[in-house]
Amino acid sequence: MSEVLILVDAVDGKVAKSTGELATYAKAIGKVNAVLFDEALVPQLSAYAIDNVIICKGIDVTKFSPAPIAQSLAQIAKSKSAAAVLITSSAKGKEIAGRLAVITESGIITDASAIDSELITTQLVFGGSTTVHAAVTHGISIVTLRSNSIEPLAGSATPTTEEFVPKISDLAKLAVVTSTEPAAKGGRPELTEASIVISGGRGTNGDFKPVEAFADILGAAVGASRAATDAGWYPHTHQVGQTGKTVSPQLYVACGISGAIQHRAGMQTSKMIVAINKDAEAPIFELADYGVIGDLFNVLPQATAAIAAKRA
Amino acid sequence: MKIAVCIKQVPDSWAEKKMLGGVLDRASVDAVLNDLDEYAVEEALRIVEASSPTKEAGEGSGHTITLISMGPERATEAIRKALSMGADEAIHISDEALAGSDALATSLVLSKVIADGGFDLVLCGTESTDARMSVIPAMLAQRLGWAQLTFAGSVKVDPGDSKVSIARSTEFGIENMEASFPALISVIEKINEPRYPSFKGIMAAKKKTITTKLLSDIGLSGDLVGNKAAWSTVKDALPRPARTTGVKVEDGGNGGGELVDFLLEKRVI
Ligand SMILES: Cc1cc2nc3c(=O)[nH]c(=O)nc-3n(C[C@H](O)[C@H](O)[C@H](O)COP(=O)(O)OP(=O)(O)OC[C@H]3O[C@@H](n4cnc5c(N)ncnc54)[C@H](O)[C@@H]3O)c2cc1C
Ligand SMILES: Nc1ncnc2c1ncn2[C@@H]1O[C@H](COP(=O)(O)O)[C@@H](O)[C@H]1O
Repeated sequence: MSEVLILVDAVDGKVAKSTGELATYAKAIGKVNAVLFDEALVPQLSAYAIDNVIICKGIDVTKFSPAPIAQSLAQIAKSKSAAAVLITSSAKGKEIAGRLAVITESGIITDASAIDSELITTQLVFGGSTTVHAAVTHGISIVTLRSNSIEPLAGSATPTTEEFVPKISDLAKLAVVTSTEPAAKGGRPELTEASIVISGGRGTNGDFKPVEAFADILGAAVGASRAATDAGWYPHTHQVGQTGKTVSPQLYVACGISGAIQHRAGMQTSKMIVAINKDAEAPIFELADYGVIGDLFNVLPQATAAIAAKRA
Repeated sequence: MKIAVCIKQVPDSWAEKKMLGGVLDRASVDAVLNDLDEYAVEEALRIVEASSPTKEAGEGSGHTITLISMGPERATEAIRKALSMGADEAIHISDEALAGSDALATSLVLSKVIADGGFDLVLCGTESTDARMSVIPAMLAQRLGWAQLTFAGSVKVDPGDSKVSIARSTEFGIENMEASFPALISVIEKINEPRYPSFKGIMAAKKKTITTKLLSDIGLSGDLVGNKAAWSTVKDALPRPARTTGVKVEDGGNGGGELVDFLLEKRVI
């Protein structure tokens, strides 16, 4: 059976759902080996379809850029003769994948929305207007996968564990992390994992309360346009778009967002899109399954109240 | 300091794109300087201005900014634009054998040029708006064996000590990082506001040197690059049905209530 490596993704000590998604894809290909650097996360991995956990020891990866992670993965992939390495398509994930491709002399495919048992990937390109099927033809299949693209399979047994001590070169330690400022965390779901995302733009005029209230009653994540993050109304980590995060939820609600091409790049593969905008000509309406021409300060509180009333 | 900035000419983001034989059909769309690379050019100019005795880039600053671009002949338009912002000179790698290169080949070519140039710092954008892979800077750092300082929201350079530090801004928050020269940096679009080329800058750019290089000039074999050498292949590219036009309703007073009814009917909430 083929050996597949997946890189465990965690935020604030919690294994991200995207790890379960990687495991689900990997399971269709072969034996699922989850690689991690933080031993404390191991118990959480039983939740997903993981056969074996490889705990990397002897390197504090939080102190360096992606280099030592890529180097470790390359060594493990070699020792296991892995057929594929699957990594979450985050900024960091793609960098690790890029370095890994260079070290292992392998082809790389990024931002896939699926990979099948034959290692053929699916990507949505050009703003979701084209579906591309592709495959790596040289070396190990190194693929980064967008989160929220598959329902994770539940784990059936506790995975086996093994330890691995990678040899990290001095070159991988040239860039040193001197301090960190973690992203401000609210009680809301992760943007890239949430099944519903409510985003606010310049139209909020800095007041995100109606956006947050609607998000909270739906258990949704909150996103923002660049206009809103640039103005300092919302943290950069919540920016959706070309230079922010790419989201693909069941429902995306754009409130007071015009729909610039750079914003669309991060949300247009959402399953259903709703737009609330005062301007009937706003380009966001071209994408919307349901558009409300109106003031978000009227529409959102009313919608929040309507849901509360239905639930009462 | 010797600084290089990697820039790419890309199809205009607004243009409708299509595939031709498994690759992006570049001929059919307008081409522009990748807008994310303008931030890298601007940051290079600011780094030089901050450490130049005249507070200006260009001759007399004691520092040079070299643009590096791999792409077809017409990429010179994008190169001229970046030169008119204030970079000193450019190296343009243009060879028919490069058509259809994947990220691995592109990074191989760029790393060769960088290694031969004796640079202290190389700046990149975070992403090219066409390929959107966001992997070239990391691949370059790996190939060169240089410090990788990517996703910089701010850059501080200490030329005396040959040190550079950045605030790396990713989805997980901010990591402050530092390294010694040489370093490979990529910058995010929040870092600065790129200047518009001035009239003087545009005129000066016409006289600046663009050195065009073939693969043979940089000592690389054509077998390692281009479509045939790509390590991944597109099996097919199929147009997806266009989004069906949705409904658009004017808020007549109960827009929020109607929206909720719609969402309940569609079972998305
Ligand atoms: C290199 C680069 C990268 C970029 N990356 C991104 C990115 O990742 N993400 C991103 O989002 N943008 C990005 N942008 C910016 C993008 O081009 C737009 O400027 C931005 O998306 C605009 O944000 P907005 O829609 O909130 O603001 P605007 O375009 O100003 O739109 C505000 C909208 O709100 C509506 N409105 C105002 N008041 C109300 C009200 N009370 N009720 C309802 N509607 C109201 C208006 O009619 C208008 O349509 C990038 C730009 C560049 C150059
Ligand atoms: N053909 C190229 N020539 C020069 N620089 C490039 C080229 N392709 C990518 N780059 C640089 O690498 C960055 C990231 O590109 P990418 O990995 O393709 O998304 C860009 O912003 C450029 O700075």
